[in-house]
Amino acid sequence: MHEFSLIEGVLNMVRDSASQNNIGKVNRVKLVVGRLSMALPDSLHFAFEAICKDEDLFREAILEIEEKEIMCDCLACQRSSELKDIYSFICPACGSNRIEITQGRELYLDYYEGEEVNGAGSNGG
Amino acid sequence: MVQVRMEANILGANELLARKNRAVFAGRGMLVVNLMSSPGSGKTTLLEKTIDHLQGQITLGVIEGDLYTDQDARRIEEKGVQVVQINTEGACHLDAGMISKAYENLSDREMDLLFIENVGNLVCPAEFDLGEDFKAVVMSVAEGNDKPLKYPLIFREAKVILLNKMDLLPYTDFSLERFGHDLEQINPTAPVFKVSGRTGEGMAEWIEWLLGEVKGKRAENIKAF
Repeated sequence: MHEFSLIEGVLNMVRDSASQNNIGKVNRVKLVVGRLSMALPDSLHFAFEAICKDEDLFREAILEIEEKEIMCDCLACQRSSELKDIYSFICPACGSNRIEITQGRELYLDYYEGEEVNGAGSNGG
Repeated sequence: MVQVRMEANILGANELLARKNRAVFAGRGMLVVNLMSSPGSGKTTLLEKTIDHLQGQITLGVIEGDLYTDQDARRIEEKGVQVVQINTEGACHLDAGMISKAYENLSDREMDLLFIENVGNLVCPAEFDLGEDFKAVVMSVAEGNDKPLKYPLIFREAKVILLNKMDLLPYTDFSLERFGHDLEQINPTAPVFKVSGRTGEGMAEWIEWLLGEVKGKRAENIKAF
């Protein structure tokens, strides 16, 4: 439900970094989103497109999202497994409910790609 | 073409503010509870009843979060407890920045227990750390059995779960057995208190547990100095 504000936060980070790195046009933004985060990839794409078309820096940018599966370590049988069902925090190997989530809560900006402004020292874009 | 690696947490700005809040609250030895539920679970009524039990024993403050209106804050104010209302005006959750501003607006910033009543929503508030000591989730029997499995993250993150509107149990198809079974899969360690904000049923056990947490927090603070 808050995907718009998440994307605004991402674009703010990229905008600040782009101005420091003399980048005038962003082509690609890559996010990593765990399946256990409350951000939905489809909604992130929708928000990204809606916001980016209003700004020269991002107009042609593509959003790439890498989804991370939910992984757990079992404290009972010591095995690591993938949790397929988001609503069942049970070790798939032994059925214990004593597990630790080790992957799936990710929500971060991995990298962005862009083009430098022609002419060193220029601040324009 | 240039690639710039960021590896930056998208919620990083919020998490930084939440850490600051947590340090401020800990410095004062106060327990901070983030109360979360769906709309209509009876959170505010439960909070009113909780206040009735605690008044005279400990000092309290409340931060009320709602999309619009100050109706809930006025209900708390009538109890004689200091309260600040946050209106998110459409935003689906409270964030740490809103909490630090609201906290500064409380009339007395020294207290034993601060309740933050989050926006009624079982999805987004789970993601936003406010600097609280723990999350408490309220759900009512009238909402049906499917809530924990449909919103597992918020139930997973809760330190305590309050099952409200127990007085309505005979009029619903809610199964306590299934509820217990589902929670075994999602959050086997959180204590569950079966309560009714309306009749007061089950409140004594919840209050006793909560006072234990307040005392624990105070003891932690004394040890730190």
